[in-house]
Amino acid sequence: MIRVENLTHKYGGRTALNGVSFEVRQGEIFGLLGPNGGGKSTLFRILATMMTPTGGRATVAGFDVARDPAAVRRQVGVVFQSQSLDKALTVEENLRAQGHLHGLSGADLRGRMGHAMERLGLADRRKDLVDTLSGGLRRRVEIAKALLHKPQVLLMDEASTGLDPAARRELSRHVETLRETEGVTILLTTHILEEADRCDRLVLLHRGNIVAQGTPAELRASIGGDVVVLEAAGAKPLAEAIERRFGVRTTAANGHVRIEIPNGHRFITEVVEAFPGAIDSVGLHKPTLEDVFVRETGASIG
Amino acid sequence: MGNFFLPAATLWQRELVRFWRQKSRVLGVVASPLVFWLIMGYGSGDLARFYSGALVLTVMFSAIFSTISIIEDRREGFLLSMLVSPAPRTSLVLGKILGAATLAWIQGLIFLAFAPLAGVGITPAGLLPVAGAVFLISFTLTGLGFAIAWKMTSTSGFHAIMNLLLVPMWMVSGSLFPMATAHGWVRAIMWVNPLTYSIALMNHTLRLPGASPGAVESLAVTAVFGLGMVVLSGMFAAQKATSSAA
Repeated sequence: MIRVENLTHKYGGRTALNGVSFEVRQGEIFGLLGPNGGGKSTLFRILATMMTPTGGRATVAGFDVARDPAAVRRQVGVVFQSQSLDKALTVEENLRAQGHLHGLSGADLRGRMGHAMERLGLADRRKDLVDTLSGGLRRRVEIAKALLHKPQVLLMDEASTGLDPAARRELSRHVETLRETEGVTILLTTHILEEADRCDRLVLLHRGNIVAQGTPAELRASIGGDVVVLEAAGAKPLAEAIERRFGVRTTAANGHVRIEIPNGHRFITEVVEAFPGAIDSVGLHKPTLEDVFVRETGASIG
Repeated sequence: MGNFFLPAATLWQRELVRFWRQKSRVLGVVASPLVFWLIMGYGSGDLARFYSGALVLTVMFSAIFSTISIIEDRREGFLLSMLVSPAPRTSLVLGKILGAATLAWIQGLIFLAFAPLAGVGITPAGLLPVAGAVFLISFTLTGLGFAIAWKMTSTSGFHAIMNLLLVPMWMVSGSLFPMATAHGWVRAIMWVNPLTYSIALMNHTLRLPGASPGAVESLAVTAVFGLGMVVLSGMFAAQKATSSAA
């Protein structure tokens, strides 16, 4: 449904995307995970036909984003990170205006508006001014708006930014339902791990490169066993000492030493006994996408 | 291209609905030209002389208000979703300009209610050319505002242009002193300033003194300038972005 081949984009001298390739299948929820400045937004803008890439190519539903943007625009619904609603208009008026932009009108448009509002649980708010809605509701109006022309692909840029965890979970549920009931393919960008975990597959972007890709489970499984995190004032020397003594790989940053290791609970007792007084706190967890990102890049997502 | 008029109409309607819901905007636009006019008029003992200038200033403020919103609206706002819709850009430009011009026109008409103070009596038959002239000027100034706003990345840039270009343009348009009494280079600027012809057009249709250049010339220059600005706006908006603004 989406095919990205060796996509490159440079702003002046700065490389925002450095030969990125991946494919999104029909009906997938696909995530682009990475820190701000990693290249997610550039990729999003290219797929949304807001920008022409400086190299490589991308197609959506078989249409080239650079050569045939008009055809791509009919196939994609776009949800922006920033608000694209008119706050002085009601939910219904916003949707109607969007329908008109896509050449929809009359009974057809009314039917689609009703359907979209029903799907996103907005039917009882149709007459409300957008200005009076909560952040979570506004996001849902944005999605309803993006779906009016029945796109095959929904592109969402950091759609849950600014939402509290409850509203975020609710939004994710709506997105999953849409995939099931409408069969729409969804590509979303995020820097929130919980959201990335709900994707079918994802790519991890760092400084314009894909550093890892796969299902969330595959990515987590690429880290064998557990992750042990030690907090210490002298993180660097401690990390070196641990490597010498136990022969394990460590990463040290911001006063933390991370070690990927099977049977982490046993390792913890050994390491605490080996370096009494040098460790301020100890943590053990199952691998997260953050751990994958840290291992591949040495940097953190948040 | 059956897809051309619907997007334009919906944008036009959006401007009107927004305006209706924020009626206090009228005050902001009409009040300061009105105060300015009353001070200049009563101070100099000649309200008629400054009337057309104040009317055009009202229209100009409204046009600036409406078009300055494009800058933010395009980065985070309703314009964003228009830019990724299949609607032709030219239709969006037309809808936005016509909508904003209609608002400027309405506010210009409100200002006309004060015409009797200037000793101007408008008969029902005389209203038509006056209203037509106000609309043409509204359209022209909105086109100018759009062309400027589309090229801007921040509203502060627009404010700078307003203070350095638009307001001085208005000052040397015959609004404060007639071209006939102006000296040297100021007179030359007045001669090439399209706003001079807008003020003259108002003076002609309101039958006020100081109506120079001639009526036909004023009408022609205002109309050509207005169309030129709309075409320019359309060209700007149709340009494809290769780098991102935000």
